Amino acid sequence: MEKQLLRFLVNDQEYELFINPKTLLVEALRDHLGFAGAKRGCDTASCGVCTVMVNGMAVKGCSVLAVQVNGMNITTVEGLEKDGKLDPVQAAFLDEGAFQCGFCTSGMIMSARAFLNETPAPKDTMEIRRGIEGNLCRCTGYNSIVRAIDAVAKGKYREGA
Amino acid sequence: MIHDFTYLRPGNVKEALAMLAQHRDGAKIICGGQSLLIIMRQGLVVTEYLVDIKGLDELNCLIYDSRAGLKIGATTTHRTIEKSRLVKEKYPVLVAMEEKLASIQVRNWGTIGGNLAHADAAGDPAPVLIALNATVTIASSAGGRSVPLEEFYPGLFETVLSPDELVTEVLVPPPPAHTATVYQKFNLLESDQGIVAVAVSLSVSDAGICQDARIVLGNAAPIPIRAKNTEKLLIGNKLNEEIFTKAGETAGEEADPVADIHASEDYRRHLIAVLTRRMTKEAWEQACQV
Repeated sequence: MEKQLLRFLVNDQEYELFINPKTLLVEALRDHLGFAGAKRGCDTASCGVCTVMVNGMAVKGCSVLAVQVNGMNITTVEGLEKDGKLDPVQAAFLDEGAFQCGFCTSGMIMSARAFLNETPAPKDTMEIRRGIEGNLCRCTGYNSIVRAIDAVAKGKYREGA
Repeated sequence: MIHDFTYLRPGNVKEALAMLAQHRDGAKIICGGQSLLIIMRQGLVVTEYLVDIKGLDELNCLIYDSRAGLKIGATTTHRTIEKSRLVKEKYPVLVAMEEKLASIQVRNWGTIGGNLAHADAAGDPAPVLIALNATVTIASSAGGRSVPLEEFYPGLFETVLSPDELVTEVLVPPPPAHTATVYQKFNLLESDQGIVAVAVSLSVSDAGICQDARIVLGNAAPIPIRAKNTEKLLIGNKLNEEIFTKAGETAGEEADPVADIHASEDYRRHLIAVLTRRMTKEAWEQACQV
């Protein structure tokens, strides 16, 4: 085993790691850099709590080798807040109480953010539900989460709204 | 716990093939890794070298030509296929299949070449692509060859690939006239793998007769299989409810399913019969309209 150099952007900050190539993206973020927003859950690409964005796309951090994102741009939930202001999705999750235990929350928010970036005006709540198909929540029953995403899509958190 | 390996990142296909030729059985190929990393973590796959082809952009392409058909490069992601207007127009069944493959996150990173080479009998793309009569293009440093996808799987989790070979593309022939291809899987959660799955492609002649039929059963045997007895029932006939029902029964009989935690053997046969009946009907109705 030969360690590999990994250079990438996390939340617009440049990082360089010298790591075992078997390191998963979620391990690089949590254990090497301290971005603990991405959780480790099922470890089998099922539950979605490790969801982060790579070049704007939602991926499961437990199923991507960290070395594969060399040179890429990673966004974790820690990177959503801008100038002390929460991302609209985060604000909406708070307003709608879209979590109970909170373990799925950061992954859910990342999937919701990626979904809304791709689909700013979902045609119905079914489309929102499909947008978070890769994320499991065992507490809320999803309704409050869907309400939160729907509120953002409907412009409730737009500047000046 | 993933065992240690030496990581190799080829800069192009030629380099990748040279690495495979050098390390042969000692090397595994990773692309999106959405299946491979799970079984590596379970300790089911241990490798000395891991050759990472995810970054090979020369294999990341979707090209349509009215004579050659659709060429999908091996490193093209599921999401690229799902979102392609070209694919939606020419092969809507591929888009419908991709939309229900695993989750958005998996489709964003996982690739068509990796999925096919993983050889999971419950995989979604293979039955559809076999129904569409696709071939895979295989390269090695000694040359290349082309294999019909239908002949790509000798057994459960096996492919005809030699250790020095790499899948470089999938070729889907142009859609024949008056032909429709449909796919449905049965599962409890929409994005799960199918407990069973059925892909049906039917062609109808100007006289309103079923001219050609390709029926592929997924997760109904150790590998995706053609339901050839069922196809024979359809070809040469004007199809109706009675034939659809008979087709379902025949497909259920010629399947070779196993029992597992998701379904018994009998239940799988029943599901195959129901899905085959529905899919032959749907394909027939669509084919009669195009």
